[in-house]
Amino acid sequence: MSILQNPLGIHGTALKLREQRIAVLASNIANVDTPNYKARDLDFRSVMAATQSKGMSTSHARHIGVTNYQALEGEGMVKYRMPNSASLDGNTVEINTENSLFTENSMRYQATNTFLNSKIKGVMSALRGE
Amino acid sequence: MSLLSALKISSSAMTAQMTRLNTTASNLANMDVVGSTPDGAYKAKRPIFKTVMETYTTDNFEASVKVNGIHVSDRPNAKSYDPSNPAANDDGFVFMSNVNSIEEMVDMTNASRSYQTQVEVMNATKKMMMSTLQLGK
Repeated sequence: MSILQNPLGIHGTALKLREQRIAVLASNIANVDTPNYKARDLDFRSVMAATQSKGMSTSHARHIGVTNYQALEGEGMVKYRMPNSASLDGNTVEINTENSLFTENSMRYQATNTFLNSKIKGVMSALRGE
Repeated sequence: MSLLSALKISSSAMTAQMTRLNTTASNLANMDVVGSTPDGAYKAKRPIFKTVMETYTTDNFEASVKVNGIHVSDRPNAKSYDPSNPAANDDGFVFMSNVNSIEEMVDMTNASRSYQTQVEVMNATKKMMMSTLQLGK
């Protein structure tokens, strides 16, 4: 019955994190010419791990486990990026890195959307019973 | 809705880069404005960019950019002897503007590239928003 208890699985959280990361990367790209700006990023792997470990535990065989996929508040998800080469004005944005990460992130966002779409389609066909 | 703030951030950067392009255009246009005193000649201007923290917590970060003022170049204006110039002072000298055309061209290219990058970011964000809006259809 897990498909009806939590029909979207982990992908809802993933979409939210991907969206947050887009804003962070867009901030970096927007501040490419701002002196003393330090590039930041979300550590996606550790954020995702923190999100998943926050589920409610069960103490009895007949308890229903609740996985709290919405709990995103954690300590220190935004981290500074280490630049490959220092620049004179103290700006650590490297436009090539940011561009490639932005593209990678948007591809993964689209992938998550595709997963969500098929989840929704799966639930719909289960409900219709066709 | 982080995608909407990503659009806002990109648009702030586009405005800032546009100001930079306009400043460069003004500098290039006024390159030959001379004066009879150093202050009478044109001085190169340059915008100062500043980060605006929209959201800055441990788990979320959004920063746009704004133009925080215009810096007037303090490079000395070159003096040239040209007594026939109507702007010449009593000694026959005119002061040239302190615009460096090579520097301005480099800045212009840089600004237009950054502007293009912002347009691409906006387009990509828009595509992502559209695909999320189409979910389940």
